[in-house]
This record gives sequence, C-alpha cells and structure tokens, in this order.
Amino acid sequence: MIKDDPIQNVLYIDLSRRRFWVEKYPELFEKYFGGTGVAINLLHKECPKNIDPLSPENPIIFAVGQLNGLFPLASKTVAMFKSPLTGNLGESHCGGRSSIAIRMAGYGAIIIKGSSETPIYLTIDENGVKFRDASVLWGMGSYTVGRIIRELEIGAGVRTIMRIGPAGENLVSYACVITETYRHFGRLGLGAVFGSKKLKAVVILGKRSIKPKNFKIYREIYNEIFDKATKLPLMRKYHELGTAMNVNPLNELGCLPTKNLSTTRFEDAEKISGEIFAQKYLGRRVACAHCPVSCIHLAALREPYKHEPYFYKTKMVSYDYEPIYALGSMLGIGSVEKILKLMDEVETLGLDAMSTGVVLAWTTEMWKKGMISEKETKNLKFNWGDHETYIKAVRLIVKQPNEFYRALAKGVEVAALKFGGLDFALAFGGNEMPGYHTGPATHVGYLTGSRHSHLDSAGYSLDEKTVKEKLNPKMVGETLFEEEAWRQILSSLVVCFFARGVYKPEIVVKALSVVGYDLKIEDLKRIGEKILKLKYLFKVREGFNLEKLRIPRRIFEVPTPHGYIVEEFIREAVKVYKEKIESLPEN
Amino acid sequence: MSSKRIFVVDVDLCVGCQCCMFACNRRFGEAGLSKSAIHVRSAGGVERGFVVTVCRACLNPPCLKVCPVDALTLRKGGGVILNASKCIGCGNCVEACSIKAVFWDKETNKPIICTHCGYCVDFCPYGVLTLKPVEEEFE
Repeated sequence: MIKDDPIQNVLYIDLSRRRFWVEKYPELFEKYFGGTGVAINLLHKECPKNIDPLSPENPIIFAVGQLNGLFPLASKTVAMFKSPLTGNLGESHCGGRSSIAIRMAGYGAIIIKGSSETPIYLTIDENGVKFRDASVLWGMGSYTVGRIIRELEIGAGVRTIMRIGPAGENLVSYACVITETYRHFGRLGLGAVFGSKKLKAVVILGKRSIKPKNFKIYREIYNEIFDKATKLPLMRKYHELGTAMNVNPLNELGCLPTKNLSTTRFEDAEKISGEIFAQKYLGRRVACAHCPVSCIHLAALREPYKHEPYFYKTKMVSYDYEPIYALGSMLGIGSVEKILKLMDEVETLGLDAMSTGVVLAWTTEMWKKGMISEKETKNLKFNWGDHETYIKAVRLIVKQPNEFYRALAKGVEVAALKFGGLDFALAFGGNEMPGYHTGPATHVGYLTGSRHSHLDSAGYSLDEKTVKEKLNPKMVGETLFEEEAWRQILSSLVVCFFARGVYKPEIVVKALSVVGYDLKIEDLKRIGEKILKLKYLFKVREGFNLEKLRIPRRIFEVPTPHGYIVEEFIREAVKVYKEKIESLPEN
Repeated sequence: MSSKRIFVVDVDLCVGCQCCMFACNRRFGEAGLSKSAIHVRSAGGVERGFVVTVCRACLNPPCLKVCPVDALTLRKGGGVILNASKCIGCGNCVEACSIKAVFWDKETNKPIICTHCGYCVDFCPYGVLTLKPVEEEFE
C-alpha cells in the first residue's frame, strides 16, 4: 500500500444517532487490497449473526480498492450486506462514478449502520457526512430523485448519486440501488436494505490525488493497460454492440432461456438481437468514470403522447444482455420497443431486472397451468409477450396488495414454496437465474458461486468453450473454484470483470508493484482463495449449505448444447467445489 | 512552427469516461483528479450527453486582465502562462473565466492553468479532443 494512502480510512455512519466517524484499517487494506477482500472482513465484524436483513443491525458496506483512481477499468465499487433475498451473503458490484467518487473523497470503505425514523439522504465528501431530510423524495421513481438531487447538490462530474425507487422503499427483496441513472448494485436486494433504513439516496463526491511509488513505472504500466483496453478486439465487443451481442449466438447455440426456460430457442430472437437494438434504437453510449470502453448502451425510445398529435417524448433506456433475456426472451416478448417499455418501468421502480423477469416468467407459467387464478393475480391474465400486463404486474409487485404479490416481492423461491410450481421456479441458492442454459457448468456456477451469479465463476464460458468435448464433474468443480478464487482479486482491486482479459495475473502483479507490493502470481491466488473462503464462512454462518441446495427440475428437462443435464453430474461437481472450499484453512 | 491549442472537435462523441481528466492529473506525477485542468460532467444526466470544460486559449483572456500581480502572462497562440511564484492565490482568474475553465488547486492554493500540452488528447479514445494549430479552425 502507498504510505498514508487515504484508502485505509473507513467512514462509519450511524443513521439512528445521526453520527459519523472515521476508523483507520491499514493492515486490513494492506492484506486484502480493498473491495471484496476488505468488505468481507468488515461484514464478519459488523454484521451480527442471524439478524433480520431488514433490521437496523444489517450494515451496508461499500468498499473500493487500491487500484481505483490509479488505473483505467478499475472502476467498480463492491457493496456487501446480508441479503434479504438469499438470507446470507449479499454482494453486488457497481460502476458509474461510484468507485472514483469514494476513492477521491478519501475513503476505502463506507459503512452505514442503524436506521432513520424519517426518510433521509446523505451527502458525503472529504469532510464527512451531511444528513439531509428526504421526506419529499420518498415515493419518487429513480429517474426523478436523481434529477432533483443533481440540482440540489454540488460536485457535477466528480460525484455519484446512489438512490432507490419505490421497490426499495417497499422492501421488495430484489430491489436494486441505482447510480448515475443507468448503473446498478443490481442483485441480492441492496435496495431493500436501503429502504429498511429509510435511506433514499447517498451522494458521494471528491477530487483528490494519490502519489504512486514510482511515477515512471506507473505511467508505463498505465499506458500498457490503456492501450490494451482500447485496442484489444475483446474490449471492442463490449464497446460496439455491448453485451446485447449475446442474444443471437446464444439463441443459435440453443441456450437462450425462453418462456421460463420451457425452451432455449426464441422464435423472435433476431428481432431483439443486439444488432437490432443498436441499429434501430441505440441513442448514446456512455462510460463509467475512468473506463475508456463505454459499454453502457442507451436506447432512445420515442413515444407519442396519446392526448395530442405530433407530441412525443424520447426516453433513454439502458440495455444489456441480461435484462433483454429476463424481460425479453424469458417472457416471450419479441419486440425491442415493448422490452424497452418494460425495462423503463422496472428501472423507475428500482427492481433488479433479472430477478423480476424470472419472477414474471414463473407467474406466467403458473397462470397458464391454472395453478393461480384472478384472485391471486388481481385480475391480470398472463400471456407470453404481453408486455402491458407485465408492466401492470411489476407495479403490483411493488405495491403488494395481496398475499400473492407479497410472495412475488420476496422472490420466486418464496412464491413457489407458497403457491406451488417449485420445479419450474428458476432460482439457485435463492437468487433468480441468469440468462445462460449453456450446459452443466453454468448451473454448477449458479449453485456454488458465492453470489449465485453467472459472473462469480463464468460457468457459461466453460460450457461454451467445451461444446464439442465431454465435461466431467471433477474438472468443472475445480475449474469454477479456481476462476472464482481469482476473481476475488479483481473485485478487491476493484477491477471491472469485463476487463478480466486485460487484467491478466501478470498485469495485476505489475499494477500492484506501483502501489508498493512485491507479489507473485501464486501469492495472489492464495489471497484470492482466502477471500473466497471468508465469504463462504459468512454464508455457512448464516445457514447456507451446499449439500442442501434445491435444483429446479426444469433445467434437467430442457436440452443444452451439452445435451440433457444430469442431476448426478451437478451434485458431484458441487461436491468437488465444496471439498476445495473446505480444504482451505480458516485463517 | 505555429502555436497549438486544444479543440473540442465534437462534444457529442464524448462518452464521459473522464480519461482526459486523469491524464491531465498525471502530468503532475499523481494519479487522481485534484490537479486536472480539464473537466467533464453530464449535461444534466448522462443521457443528455456531456459538457467538456477546457481552456479555449482566448487571445484576449479575461483571466489575465484580473490578475493583480501579473502572475499570468499571455501565451503565444492564446491563453495564459502562470508564474506560480508571483501568484498570491486571490482566485480572481477563476471568477473571471466566462466558461469556468480555470480550476483551483486546493493544495497549492493556486489556479490550475491549461498549458495546451495535448497530453489529454492522447487519452481520449473517441476523438473528442484534438491539438491543432491555433489558426486552423473555428469551433
């Protein structure tokens, strides 16, 4: 660590008592770099055992890493909390300007504890925290609250504005936190934790500088990373079509989950492909702070007003592969315009797009099978492709007018336990499924990944690379374990996972030398494993058990490019992964 | 050789990555933002595009006119050069700049003046910025 790097400052905020203070953690940051590594240690320390995730005791921890502010594509913030969706580890990553703002305000981590009696928002800078009344902002959609705070607060260009929509206020278990209008702490329900604390928004701003150890070497390595990020073909794809480019190839390969994974090929896939989104709707591409890639794609949705001719509004809606899958193919919606309208509603309310799509897909199948009636749905009739009904349904999920919508607001697993249809309730470890039915590895990844995210260990990528080969459980379990352990390093620095092709181990070693480390690749791997182990210890402490995981039967009924998935294979691979985790020392 | 200055070629090409701001700061041997002479912010939400604020090398610069101690002198080709040893840190120049392109270094208590070195241009991946001879084009 650079001597006296302000990253060691951890800002504590107690909402109940309206107080804040700074504690220094030099050893912790020295040992774990920041991000995930530091956050999991702080979570063990600050989160009491077995608490209700929506109680004041649940801490919200934001952590950045030593490379944030120094190197390009180190542009993410890690949030940790106890998840109201899964009941164990809540970890979510977000870009926008969040990480630069925290780093430049002079903090390595921010911990928000307690809860406010009245709605509140926070403004944080190098001098500390201002507690501001948010009574007027309560109830507002995510766009509006951002628009208002932009005018109220200083720091345009060097600030982040994190906020929740009505979904977070109403404690939907998969409510998200939105920053810079279009980026998200999307998964695992951070928005509900904000809501439970009556915390509507957090503004963070700052403009510091950091002195690297050896400036000449710093510049050289900076330029090397910058060159790779702007020239490598693998980064171009994120920039050009963006992640939406996946729609066509996944459909052709037969792994695009469609209509609640009743099939993996969508007849209208070409109409909602990344190419169509870009050619007909792409209005602007934007970037996170300090990332030249600009993977954020905003579609321009032009809508006529009904009450007056030739009167239009043009809304900008951000899209990516996962929301297109969840709110598109999964719901049988084969029109970009309809998907955008649904996405826009989900964004306004502040819901996680992925969980929402899976919940709605399950609901549609329940309706079609006659397992729920108008009494449950409040007279909504669910049909594939009917985006207007889905828009009404997401509003009801937020409002929760009856038992059924209250259950939907807790996630598909809770809803299915109550109303049936568990076999086609597509959640893994309590978290709704990502958009890949590529083979066994992806599902092993959903089950074992410490966040139950496809990005934990990229099982889909392993499936795709081995389409013509025969996979075995041992190899799958071990490969996913190694990948996930390595990614703990990236998320401790904190480097965007999209930049994993640039930040190869040898580059990471070099970049860390600039901030004073002399580490070998093997050392990094060991630290990565240690962080992963700590995350698992937290999960297990909160009742998680890899052996007791429910596997939705549906995944065995629909073929993948690797053929039908066999349950024994999955269980065996999970066992291999579990043994790898358990073989690691506890400290 | 004629003098050069930074031009904003097309602000709509800007994606808001702020790599120019970080580049400018690196000229001073530091990572971060506190010494950057260029600033990028959204025009009221990123969906509306960006505002790039950088010195436009005025031929008759207001910042120079209000400096009480002659710490700013006219740069060949427009803009100003700062003599930090003369500067008393009054901040008049910041106030005077109509486009708010004079920034403030809190550490030294002196203005941050763009020298039109063009280092930021090398780190703008989308061609928003360019370094060109002063007389070559209008904005």
